[in-house]
Amino acid sequence: MLFFIEVVLSGLMAGIMYSLVALGFVLIFKASGIFNFAQGVMALFAALTLVGLMEKFGFPVWLSIIGTIAVMILLAWLIERLMLRQLVNQEPIILFMATIGLAYVLEGMGDILWGSDVKVLDIGIPQGASDWMLDTFDIYIEKLEVFAAATAATLVVILAIFFQKTRIGRALRAVADDHQAALSVGISLHTIWVIVWSVAGIVALVAGIMWGSKSGVQFSLSLIALKALPVLILGGFTSVPGAIIGGMIIGVGEKVAEVYLGPFVGGAIENWFAYMLALAFLLVRPQGLFGEKIIERV
Amino acid sequence: MTERNIGDVILKVDNISLSFGVMKVLDDISFDIRQGEIRSIIGPNGAGKSSMLNVINGFYHPQQGSITFKGATRRQMAPQVAASQGIARTFQNIALFKGMSTLDNIMTGRNLKMKTNLFWQALHIGPARTEELENREAAEKIIDFLDIQAIRKKPVGKLPYGLQKRVELGRALAAEPELLLLDEPMAGMNSEEKEDMCRFILDVNSEFGTTIALIEHDMGVVMDLSDRVLVLDYGKQLADDIPDKVRSNQDVIDAYLGVPHE
Repeated sequence: MLFFIEVVLSGLMAGIMYSLVALGFVLIFKASGIFNFAQGVMALFAALTLVGLMEKFGFPVWLSIIGTIAVMILLAWLIERLMLRQLVNQEPIILFMATIGLAYVLEGMGDILWGSDVKVLDIGIPQGASDWMLDTFDIYIEKLEVFAAATAATLVVILAIFFQKTRIGRALRAVADDHQAALSVGISLHTIWVIVWSVAGIVALVAGIMWGSKSGVQFSLSLIALKALPVLILGGFTSVPGAIIGGMIIGVGEKVAEVYLGPFVGGAIENWFAYMLALAFLLVRPQGLFGEKIIERV
Repeated sequence: MTERNIGDVILKVDNISLSFGVMKVLDDISFDIRQGEIRSIIGPNGAGKSSMLNVINGFYHPQQGSITFKGATRRQMAPQVAASQGIARTFQNIALFKGMSTLDNIMTGRNLKMKTNLFWQALHIGPARTEELENREAAEKIIDFLDIQAIRKKPVGKLPYGLQKRVELGRALAAEPELLLLDEPMAGMNSEEKEDMCRFILDVNSEFGTTIALIEHDMGVVMDLSDRVLVLDYGKQLADDIPDKVRSNQDVIDAYLGVPHE
């Protein structure tokens, strides 16, 4: 039994890592209907910049984080200027293609600026097993993962309030719903896009920090973006809580499946379980667990 | 019509021409709208009525002509500028934020009335909170005015058509506009809903003194509501007069009923 709890817990923690990446997708999708293929690369780029600022320039941790946030905001501004503004009123698929391009540009830029070797990221997040959990419950759990979970929870609360209760949050949702109507009440699309890409950039930074602290900053980080996809299908593309819960379901599901079903089919279930689950979900509930219901009048 | 204060010209449109490629949508249109007036634009389908509204609120940019709003003349407006100058509108095919509640939709209409910056808003404390409450109060007044208290937490996508139209009017009113553009506010409504909408339009006009320009196909409604009527046909200006004169204008009758072409 204890072993089962341990498996579930470690699944939950891994899931939260997926959620952090998925969160960035949700933000941009909510406000612009764009599926941002570059979200994973943005996390990588943010982590690279952070490490770079710390190592190459010798900045202290807090200054490096502020510096990286500034870089992500600048990036959002550039994306709006050079990409989104040129593609106003285009089909979603065209914007999606543009974000694929953006992914490659960012990856290349990260490579040129900071080099392609695997880097250690240490910003002082506690590492190793939690002694308290080990002593009290005899359960092994990483401190870093607990820290990631707490961070994710805080982020979600802030974002939920921001989206539901503030003018800018409402404006973001308005833009997502109907561009023309948003314009007619005086909402500036350009400002909204810069804000939402900035927020997504900051969320990417958080995801990058967590993943980087766990397994080093390396280019395979951008592949996590693929795991975020089933998370989104489960949770719904437009729901912030959905991204978190979807991530946890996927995380737990694949760990449990790996441990208990893996031996029967020769293992490696972890690699495809998430996608199978997503596929099954698409058949039953295409809008996801928490997605806004697709309302169509006939 | 009871006595109302019709003031000076608030919006003047001079020689506007608009085309998309070879298609001429508006051809040398000139008219004005006076402060406090209810002004109708009518014409058969494809006459350019909606295009005219789109030019006024800045969605379309005409190739020729100019627009003077409250004394400032310009060739084209950005929608955002139009909104901040006090022009609000509704759309022919309802353009509400479907996933959001009635209240939230109306609150977006107050977008330009709210000024606190991102920092305060992100924290949701201090001035941002006070501002939110004040504007919420204004939104509630509009909800009372339009008699839609019962649906204020409902997502508008699920509401019946007539109510959606009403919410859309509410969102436009929330901006406290000086000029309100209504694109077919009564399309697809039954006669009872039409009556309600007529009453709201008249109330908005008389209580808030809002200038209104509307497009409508129901001639009875148009003739009852309007101070003056502009008639368009194939992008050309056919007539511009008080309802009685328009009704008896031979060109207008021909345009609506058709004339045999020799």
